[in-house]
Amino acid sequence: MKMFTRCCSFLACALALAVGTFAPAAHAQQPIKIGMGISQTGGLGGGGKSALVALRMWADDVNAKGGLLGRNVELVVYDDQSNPATTPGIYTKLIDVDKVDLLIGPYASVPTAPIMPLIKQRDLLLMSNFTFKLNRNLKHDKVFNNSPWAHEEDLAGGVLQIGREAGAKTIAILAADQEFAQNLANGAKNVANRMGLKTVYEQNYPPSTVDFSAMIRAIRAARPDIVYVCSYPNDSVAILRAVKEIGIGDSVKVFGGGMVGLQFTPVIAGLGSLANGVVNFTSYAPGNTMDFPGIRDFLDRYSKKAAEENVDPLGYYLPPYSYAIGQMIAQAVTATKSLNHKVLAEYLHKNEMQTIVGPISFDELGERAKPAVPLVQFQSLVDKDVDQFRKPGRLVIVHPPQYKTGEAIVPFEKARK
Amino acid sequence: MFSWELLLEAVIFGLLVGCFYAAVSVGLSVSLGLLDVPQVAHPAFLVVGSYGAYLLGLHGWDPLVAGVALAPLFFVAGILVYRFYYETFEKRGADTGVRGLAFFFGIAFIVEVLLILAFGVDQRSVDAPYIGASVALGDVRIPVRLLVAFGTALILTGGLALYLSKTFTGRAIKAVAQDEVALRLMGANPVRIKQWAFGIATATASIAGAMLIVVSPVDPNLDRVYIGRTFCVVVLAGLGSMGGTLVAGLVLGVTESIVLTMFGASWAPAVAFGLLLVVLGVRPQGLFGR
Repeated sequence: MKMFTRCCSFLACALALAVGTFAPAAHAQQPIKIGMGISQTGGLGGGGKSALVALRMWADDVNAKGGLLGRNVELVVYDDQSNPATTPGIYTKLIDVDKVDLLIGPYASVPTAPIMPLIKQRDLLLMSNFTFKLNRNLKHDKVFNNSPWAHEEDLAGGVLQIGREAGAKTIAILAADQEFAQNLANGAKNVANRMGLKTVYEQNYPPSTVDFSAMIRAIRAARPDIVYVCSYPNDSVAILRAVKEIGIGDSVKVFGGGMVGLQFTPVIAGLGSLANGVVNFTSYAPGNTMDFPGIRDFLDRYSKKAAEENVDPLGYYLPPYSYAIGQMIAQAVTATKSLNHKVLAEYLHKNEMQTIVGPISFDELGERAKPAVPLVQFQSLVDKDVDQFRKPGRLVIVHPPQYKTGEAIVPFEKARK
Repeated sequence: MFSWELLLEAVIFGLLVGCFYAAVSVGLSVSLGLLDVPQVAHPAFLVVGSYGAYLLGLHGWDPLVAGVALAPLFFVAGILVYRFYYETFEKRGADTGVRGLAFFFGIAFIVEVLLILAFGVDQRSVDAPYIGASVALGDVRIPVRLLVAFGTALILTGGLALYLSKTFTGRAIKAVAQDEVALRLMGANPVRIKQWAFGIATATASIAGAMLIVVSPVDPNLDRVYIGRTFCVVVLAGLGSMGGTLVAGLVLGVTESIVLTMFGASWAPAVAFGLLLVVLGVRPQGLFGR
């Protein structure tokens, strides 16, 4: 009997050893799938392409070091065509058909907004990518936004403050009739009210608008001191072309604010001197004030990849923050040794994340606990020269004080000379 | 906020844009007004014309020259489309209107999808010396691209009106609209005349499409915006009237410009359909229709 028990124990140990040895090996063959829909075409395609290059760089870096939890990372990606109507279908497929382990949001608020109810309903973790206050109503505890802003004031406050310091008393607001732009415009109105600025022109335009001549004429006739524009990439280009053709008037001290698109190198390089004088939000600009650990190395490697893949050659705006999403996922998964969304969300809420865009901590809605949005003024730009953006004095950070690399030139027409 | 100066500017811009609207509608005026063919795919052909100008522009062609150079290709394409439409629908008689409408809607969607597959959904634009420049008229600065489109539109609309009234084939096209049997008795083949006319209508889409990409960037879905505008112009004009098309284009252009400038951009997309509803309710035969 004793012999029989020993034999059984030996067999049990051998079996346990075999399972212990072979199960992880089999497990290692299953990659961790991270799914996303991200614009590769359409108005947001320029940003989406560069963001995807950065995320692939992160996946390659992680896999080169042995992956996460001993498993390789695999990105499952679909093009949402910058069309919000496509994203619910894409994310349903990612969850139900591709059965991804983790989700990264599409680039920007408009394509992300339609998937928010789905994420809340399924109680999933979403690392959202440059959105704006999408979680304010849902209050889902598993959404985390990588952008450097959290409130309207973070984006609108600086521009209006620069205008106010230059003696501005009136403001004109032009905004696209879409999620991000409307939130931004409302923020600008609130800040303007608090500063005592009088709104002399306020206009929303439908997303299909391609010619802005009429609106620019109306703004010029209203003679505002500040023109706050909340637009999307195609609109931003068309608006600045209309400003050149029609003129905006000599009353304007500050022009810009929330123009999406001017952060992308192909767009701003295409505009060249047309963008001079515009003060606009961004997320990163070269200079000692934003020299976070690892950012230079990332941008050097990114620019080589970008040249190969023919995307945004400098990648100042989205790529570092997209790479940071990957870094945050890696830190949370490694620390918790888990892919459970609840566990990861708790970790992300409680800990400070170390990234190439500096340390990131989140508030209860998953927005930045310490937001700081750099505002740049385009100065001395010439046409058709990409390398000029690497030189000092072109993307001048004029706000906030901790990032400042130069002074804003006002009025607007003076900065355009 | 109202000012006479702003209103004057809005009217000037409306006249320039209105002439352009007339030019993008003349093809539809011929096919719908004179030939009674419900060519709802006309705006889709316009967008194809824009992409043609864009492709040749990549090789250094001026967009308007490219539009003129591509017109013969569009002419042939128009003849083929009409022949198919005639053999499949018109020849068989009954329910031509509804079936024809479905046929041309189908063509419009196919064209849209093909453009998306070929070029993606990104906006495309062209470079030319007159794009981005402006001329000052007192305090008013007018974009040169609109002046160029205005001039080209006048030539295109005027040329087509002259062709239809002064040449034998032109008069035959007008005759086919009035009495097909009488035309047949005169020894002319109405089907060949209609085929020729449809070819001309499609060829105008090449030049008008080139103007479209000069005026603003284009994307494959832009035809949907122009369906309302072109139908409004043609119905407002009175079906088949070339002079009326020009006047109706100007009415739409000025109304849209005033609404955009004085009342807001959100109302602008409703202007064309609003005018269309008013015309259908008050004067269904249009301004110049009999």
